[in-house]
Amino acid sequence: MGLSPSFFAAKFGITEHDLEGYLSEALSAGGDYADLYFEYLSTSSIGIDEGIVKSASESVTLGVGIRVIAGERTGYAYSDDLSPEKIRKAARVAALIAHGPATIVKTGFEESLKHNLYPMLKTPHEVGLAERVDLVKRADAAARAYDNRVFQVIANYADSVREVLMASSDGRLSFDRQPMARMGVAALAREVDGVPQQGYSGGGGRVTLDFFLNEKTPEHFAREAARQAIVQLSAVDAPAGESVVVLGPGWPGILLHEAVGHGLEADFNRKGVSAFSGRIGQQVASPLCTVIDDGTIAQFGGGSRRGSLNVDDEGVPTQKNVLIENGILRGYLQDTLSARLLKSASTGSGRRESYQHIPMPRMTNTYMLAGQSDPEEIIRSVPKGIYCATFGGGQVDITSGNFVFQATESYLIENGKLTRPVKGATLIGNGPEALKYVSMVGHDLQLDEGIGVCGKEGQSVPVGVGIPTVKIDKMTVGGTAA
Amino acid sequence: MSELLDIAIAAAKRALELGATGAECTIAEGEEFSASVRMREVENLKQAGSRGAGIRVLVDSLTGSSRTSDLSPQGIETMVRGAMDLARITTPDPHAGLPDPADLGKFQGDLGLYDDSISRMETEWKIAQAMKGEEVALSADARITNSEGASFDSYLGSRVFANSLGFAGEYRTSSCGLSVVPVAKQNGSMERDYWSSSARKASGLESPEEVGRRAAERALRRLNPRKVPTQKVPVIFEPRTARNLLGDLFDAVNGGAIYRHASFLAGKLGEKIASEALTVIDDATMPGLFGSSPFDDEGIASRRTVVIERGVLKSYLLNTYTARKLGLKTTANASRGLAGSAGVGPGNFYIEAGSRSEKDLIAGVRQGLYVTELIGASANTVTGDYSSGAAGLWIENGELAYPVSEITIAGNLKQMLMNLEQVASNLEFRSSIASPAVLIGEMTISGQ
Repeated sequence: MGLSPSFFAAKFGITEHDLEGYLSEALSAGGDYADLYFEYLSTSSIGIDEGIVKSASESVTLGVGIRVIAGERTGYAYSDDLSPEKIRKAARVAALIAHGPATIVKTGFEESLKHNLYPMLKTPHEVGLAERVDLVKRADAAARAYDNRVFQVIANYADSVREVLMASSDGRLSFDRQPMARMGVAALAREVDGVPQQGYSGGGGRVTLDFFLNEKTPEHFAREAARQAIVQLSAVDAPAGESVVVLGPGWPGILLHEAVGHGLEADFNRKGVSAFSGRIGQQVASPLCTVIDDGTIAQFGGGSRRGSLNVDDEGVPTQKNVLIENGILRGYLQDTLSARLLKSASTGSGRRESYQHIPMPRMTNTYMLAGQSDPEEIIRSVPKGIYCATFGGGQVDITSGNFVFQATESYLIENGKLTRPVKGATLIGNGPEALKYVSMVGHDLQLDEGIGVCGKEGQSVPVGVGIPTVKIDKMTVGGTAA
Repeated sequence: MSELLDIAIAAAKRALELGATGAECTIAEGEEFSASVRMREVENLKQAGSRGAGIRVLVDSLTGSSRTSDLSPQGIETMVRGAMDLARITTPDPHAGLPDPADLGKFQGDLGLYDDSISRMETEWKIAQAMKGEEVALSADARITNSEGASFDSYLGSRVFANSLGFAGEYRTSSCGLSVVPVAKQNGSMERDYWSSSARKASGLESPEEVGRRAAERALRRLNPRKVPTQKVPVIFEPRTARNLLGDLFDAVNGGAIYRHASFLAGKLGEKIASEALTVIDDATMPGLFGSSPFDDEGIASRRTVVIERGVLKSYLLNTYTARKLGLKTTANASRGLAGSAGVGPGNFYIEAGSRSEKDLIAGVRQGLYVTELIGASANTVTGDYSSGAAGLWIENGELAYPVSEITIAGNLKQMLMNLEQVASNLEFRSSIASPAVLIGEMTISGQ
């Protein structure tokens, strides 16, 4: 297939012949492999604060990243100017990593097969600015209307479209147009003269503005943010020490992202610095646990999940990867470099923040398959423990395996019942051990609402998580109550 | 005057021609280099330059902004028109606007933000520094068996800012840094740690030997950690983790959180909010440091602000907008990327050093925790509730006894500030937020 359907051919006149020329330049000092990543990202955002639409902004960033791989060595350069001279200059800089005679580039490209997870009927630019203003105004009004103790509301709406073109020296060519939209609402509530408390809710995915008109409305996020702030008004101190922990469905799946996901990224394992290194085939979780990373989840408001991609950022189609099957560690998340060095295949997990960044193995949407238990029965089975409904973020030290995540809405479980709400607390565990204590898995798998941002080595990418209601017999809760 | 400054001045002027009542334009340009090595081999080499411009326009009390990486005349025209279109959909905000013209200005004097030594560094020399740093760590002890690598980075940048009130300013910055991340292993325990050094000029860096040695020492002392029982004890934050805690305090004195009543320090100006041991300063005029600049991101001259003096809250940190909301004067802490309304950012935000050594602080603790790592630290700025994963060394009878991990520490910043009993003398400016070691009288440790 020719380049005719490409955004970059139309806008910048880039031809297949040009791409071959740039790749040859990149391999002019030798090397095993080279690739190009062209990106054109347009974003817009709008926010309401104190009932005033205080800010509206938009941006355009574009550029090309050029990578040369020679053995385990990577040379990288980028240019935010797409003129042929500047691209060639960047290619020569990336080529400095190799020392030898030129490598011949295969002529002719074959376009990667890809999914069609987020067909866009309208680009964001075709949607009026007034419709966006309306979204944040509706959120502001709904949060205030929820309860008269709500006194501050901030609501934001942001969307973007990323056009990408990827070409590699082994003849792979890919295009994609990747939409993203997200809404977030933060609310503060207080009793008369009382201490304020906050709540936050947000969501979205690879969708366009229509999603927020038809599927998840501004009112949905606003009421949830307000509800959380109100719940916190009566929260008591969180317990300190080891406890039975029940995770609610959805966003608490961040446990999987931190406890196992990062530790299974192939770069850490290739280097032997992950607590999971060399453990394929071993029992690392209770037999009730099957954990998947799936970049192909669609059927979501006419688009797809936040972590979904038609092709990854190396032009490889994404796939559904089994990480843990019935408690046994099955596989790692591979990009092309790790796959080449480990003599394996890419799992479609090569991702990067932008053209300025070197791709590496990353997660997409990470979740645990549903089990057999009734969620209410799981709670009834706990004489004393804590139920975590919503989380903030999390973090992991992949080498020791220790990970944390921050519960923002939790309740005490006393004699099988949810009783009082407790204040936010950090939970800590050890990756290869924590999931061994999973004793019940609910039948209520939910994916999160679409707010996840994963950071690794300074690069942020959007991700999704999901989990059913899960009971963990032992985990350390970092509260202050004895 | 540079070409970039001319572009910024012209962009602000163009906005007025299109009907804006005020405009401000920021342009930044930078060249980055990084080399990483791992297990004695070069792993990545990265080198590139980029530039971008952003504009914020005001149409009376309406605000719009946009940014672009296309600095051609058409690119700038599209950017300005985009911002004008966006302004028309916002709602009037009586506090929005450019700074008071009388406040505009630049700090006079050499801040040492740029040093030519960085541009003269050879690639081979930079790789050799990373190689040497890693080598020192790898050969420090038989238990250092692996490495996540070492890296050397350098950056050269320039930033220009102009507004329609006639302010036009520019400055260049340079920086370089070396970091080493060794992995130690013994009896099935595997731990990593790091040490790094960064500076605005080459001669400001610690040697690769020093960086490698300290990185190895830190990874080794974490091996075979224990998980201690849940209890309440005194906690000492070493400088690296104390800096993290001070970052949480910054969020609580940020004017944006104050005017929204989203900080536990709102309404506390002039009150005693911490122990007498605590004095906190923000100063963007200290030569050679990472938080210094001649003017803030709204064109206000940089200055020194006493935030907390012997436990009494003296000042919030403010930009023009938050100052107007609170009926105060800006403290020249406006901060932004390229576009958008300015937020509030730190200059050099630090805890003034005490007179006792860190060793003295430790010697005074019978049973307690010396925190060397915070993982997923979460402070609730609204309520002050604090809870974080932690790792460190257990203190027994005034001495560092053994490593601990997989624990959390928790408290409330309001009480933690009041219980901040001691400040050590070991203040070093390694980033724009800096602190010596501090001792907090009591926190809850969750463990077994």
